[in-house]
Amino acid sequence: MANYFNEEFETLPRAALEALQLKRLQATVARVYANVPFYKQSFDAAGIKPEDIKSLADLQRLPFTTKQNMRDSYPYGLFAAPMEEIVRIHASSGTTGKPTVVGYTQKDIETWSELMARSFMAAGAHKGDIIHNAYGYGLFTGGLGAHYGAEKLGASVIPISGGNTKRQIMIMQDFGSTVLTCTPSYSLYLAEEAAAEGVDIKSSKLRVGIFGAEPWSEAMRGEIEANLGLDAIDIYGLSEIMGPGVAIECIEEKHGLHIWEDHFIPEIINPETGQPVAEGEKGELVITTITKQGIPLIRYRTRDITSISYAPCACGRTHGRIARMSGRSDDMLIIRGVNVFPSQIESILVRIEGVEPHYLLIVDRKDNLDTLEVQVEVDERIFSDEIKVLQTLSRQIEKEIKDMLGVTCTVKLVEPKTIQRSEGKAQRVRDNRKL
Amino acid sequence: MKVEQISIFIENKSGRLAEITRILGEAGINIRALSLADTSDFGILRLIVNEVEKAKAVLKDKGFTVSKTEVVAVEVPDQPGGLSTILQALDRDNTNVEYMYAFVERCGGNAVIIFRFDETDKAIATLTANNFNILAGERLYSM
Repeated sequence: MANYFNEEFETLPRAALEALQLKRLQATVARVYANVPFYKQSFDAAGIKPEDIKSLADLQRLPFTTKQNMRDSYPYGLFAAPMEEIVRIHASSGTTGKPTVVGYTQKDIETWSELMARSFMAAGAHKGDIIHNAYGYGLFTGGLGAHYGAEKLGASVIPISGGNTKRQIMIMQDFGSTVLTCTPSYSLYLAEEAAAEGVDIKSSKLRVGIFGAEPWSEAMRGEIEANLGLDAIDIYGLSEIMGPGVAIECIEEKHGLHIWEDHFIPEIINPETGQPVAEGEKGELVITTITKQGIPLIRYRTRDITSISYAPCACGRTHGRIARMSGRSDDMLIIRGVNVFPSQIESILVRIEGVEPHYLLIVDRKDNLDTLEVQVEVDERIFSDEIKVLQTLSRQIEKEIKDMLGVTCTVKLVEPKTIQRSEGKAQRVRDNRKL
Repeated sequence: MKVEQISIFIENKSGRLAEITRILGEAGINIRALSLADTSDFGILRLIVNEVEKAKAVLKDKGFTVSKTEVVAVEVPDQPGGLSTILQALDRDNTNVEYMYAFVERCGGNAVIIFRFDETDKAIATLTANNFNILAGERLYSM
């Protein structure tokens, strides 16, 4: 059985791949300069014209794009295609209550579907597989991204989405699912629930699991593979760039994620200086999209920390491999697949209490599910002599966080000065997850 | 007619009560009555002390969150049904008791109960009209 969805492009020799990248980069730069006022201004400010891009190295002369730029352009300001050509809109959570919005043309959807189909193939899935897609369907790119890719591949896709775990286990067994797509923590939760139901998920037909949307580790891979009896594959993506399927591990090596370089140009930079780091060195992943029409992004700062290797791979793909994400260069937390910035929680606390509170976010993983505890210091401004007033306050904070961010948390009221201050500034996050 | 009580926020972790009583003891403050309300995560310690402002200051100085609340101290006949007569009188006037606890010392032959009402003045009027004896703060702090 063929291992590639698009053998020609997946195995393109580096020289040809880089020539293609340059051609596509030049076209993208010219298009955003002509169609997106933000890019015209930022290129002009940097004193660079589209025709100055004569080699891939010239990419480094272009200014970065940040999530803040996207927020400032909310909702459609960075779109490079007219709205009548946009056929799909997705969004991810933002820090100020306003999401980051992306739009796709018909061609973008086709590209995304192909890259997801390639990713499925690289992970060891193929036509004939029954793909149990437990990523959430909605504004989040996970569900629909995997769905379209699975259809493009020619597999049978079960659009089960998230939640209702008992029903998932029943359907998985009865429908004979062979491939599972969900967050890594949910896969372990599924396995546990199955065991509790007396179902031996290891003897199910599941063969491959494609897991992403939250950070995980090699240790967790071992646990997932042991508990579910499948090959666990890491997938990477972000809605700003496309969604799932930006990069994928191949089942041959399971060592680094091939980033589809005929559509994206990756760079690894020092997040402090913005300068490139050497191959293999850790830094922040910066991605330039070179085929996107709806919202092409130039040098987008993903804030994800990784490294890149161009060493040949056993699978034969020539596309560089990024290492498993090892952290963030900002304070964003990923809790059960949901992006959470401490500033979002802070603004909720300020709104409820009317004052700037001292708080600490404690993230942990219990029974394979991420947990969030919000510790809030009780000072005289919120202290009440009555238990019920304080309990109501806790519940109100929990509810607002759930409503605004979609994350369940527990609020713990603590004594003043319990939360450590360093140099006068409070430490806002403690991530106890062993990844 | 009202008595000043201090309330202190404490986390449910070991040593907090010991810490508070140590601070007060070292400041020469005498605890006249106390009650502890708690949940699984936190508690509220309520104290009647002989020097209210000083107690509040030393605890705040040590980083505790402290508030002052007005409560009412009522003499209760130390006999079966004594407390019940007070509560019935309050109930007839629809006065809510937020919480209550017993004072350590007796006043003459009577027990003393500390009440926290949501409508303190209304409660005092009810108690006075029903001829219950309300103890003044000064009297209580020095008992």
